[in-house]
Amino acid sequence: MRIRLKLFSVAKDIAGFDEQMFELAQNADTSLLLQRLIEAHPALADWKGTLRMAVNWEYATHSHKLKDGDEVAIIPPVSGG
Amino acid sequence: MRNQSEHRKTEMIALTLNVIDIKAVLDYVTTEGSGGIDIFVGTTRNHSDGKTVTLLEYEAYEPMALSIMEQLIVEAKRRWPLNRAALVHRLGRVPVGEASVVVAVSAAHRSEAFEACRFLIDTLKKEAPIWKREHFSDGSAEWSGNNTQKAFSRTDHGT
Repeated sequence: MRIRLKLFSVAKDIAGFDEQMFELAQNADTSLLLQRLIEAHPALADWKGTLRMAVNWEYATHSHKLKDGDEVAIIPPVSGG
Repeated sequence: MRNQSEHRKTEMIALTLNVIDIKAVLDYVTTEGSGGIDIFVGTTRNHSDGKTVTLLEYEAYEPMALSIMEQLIVEAKRRWPLNRAALVHRLGRVPVGEASVVVAVSAAHRSEAFEACRFLIDTLKKEAPIWKREHFSDGSAEWSGNNTQKAFSRTDHGT
């Protein structure tokens, strides 16, 4: 299945892109996607504990099951206001 | 990036690249049935951790930020009897001293207005996927809100 991954803020700067498509096996979850991202960009490992994830514009747990076409976002610590 | 705003009968939610028109927000929440309006204006500060800030830059995951802002207003209206509520956040480059966020609510009585306004700004700051990048007078820049982990910074070459 194909997943659209979006990065913001610190995560975007470290990985060097703001959007990328990932091909994942059926039944993959958010933690697997995060693991794939960190394998490709090991510097993100330092931030792992601070990163929240969102699926289709809603915060999701790291064990959220993904489905084809989902839009996943890596949400570093927010600082709006 | 485009401006996005949605206007409903009892709420104003927007992300904007432009200067926030505070009077328009105030006018929006003004109703004859309201005994009080509470408005919070967050402005960009010229210092952070002892360093001089020259410019702030905001980015958002726009569709999710708008969705969360809407959910916050729904929740505020569930908790307090509000007449109208508005949440407007600026994006892009914001010079020091200008409004980056405006929250306004109207209610029959002031206590509800105060409480709801505080809830909205406090929760917005924790939940909305919006990020602030501080540009310092020494030419460096860094994403704010990462103080609990190792700080990430780099020299900004102004590209």
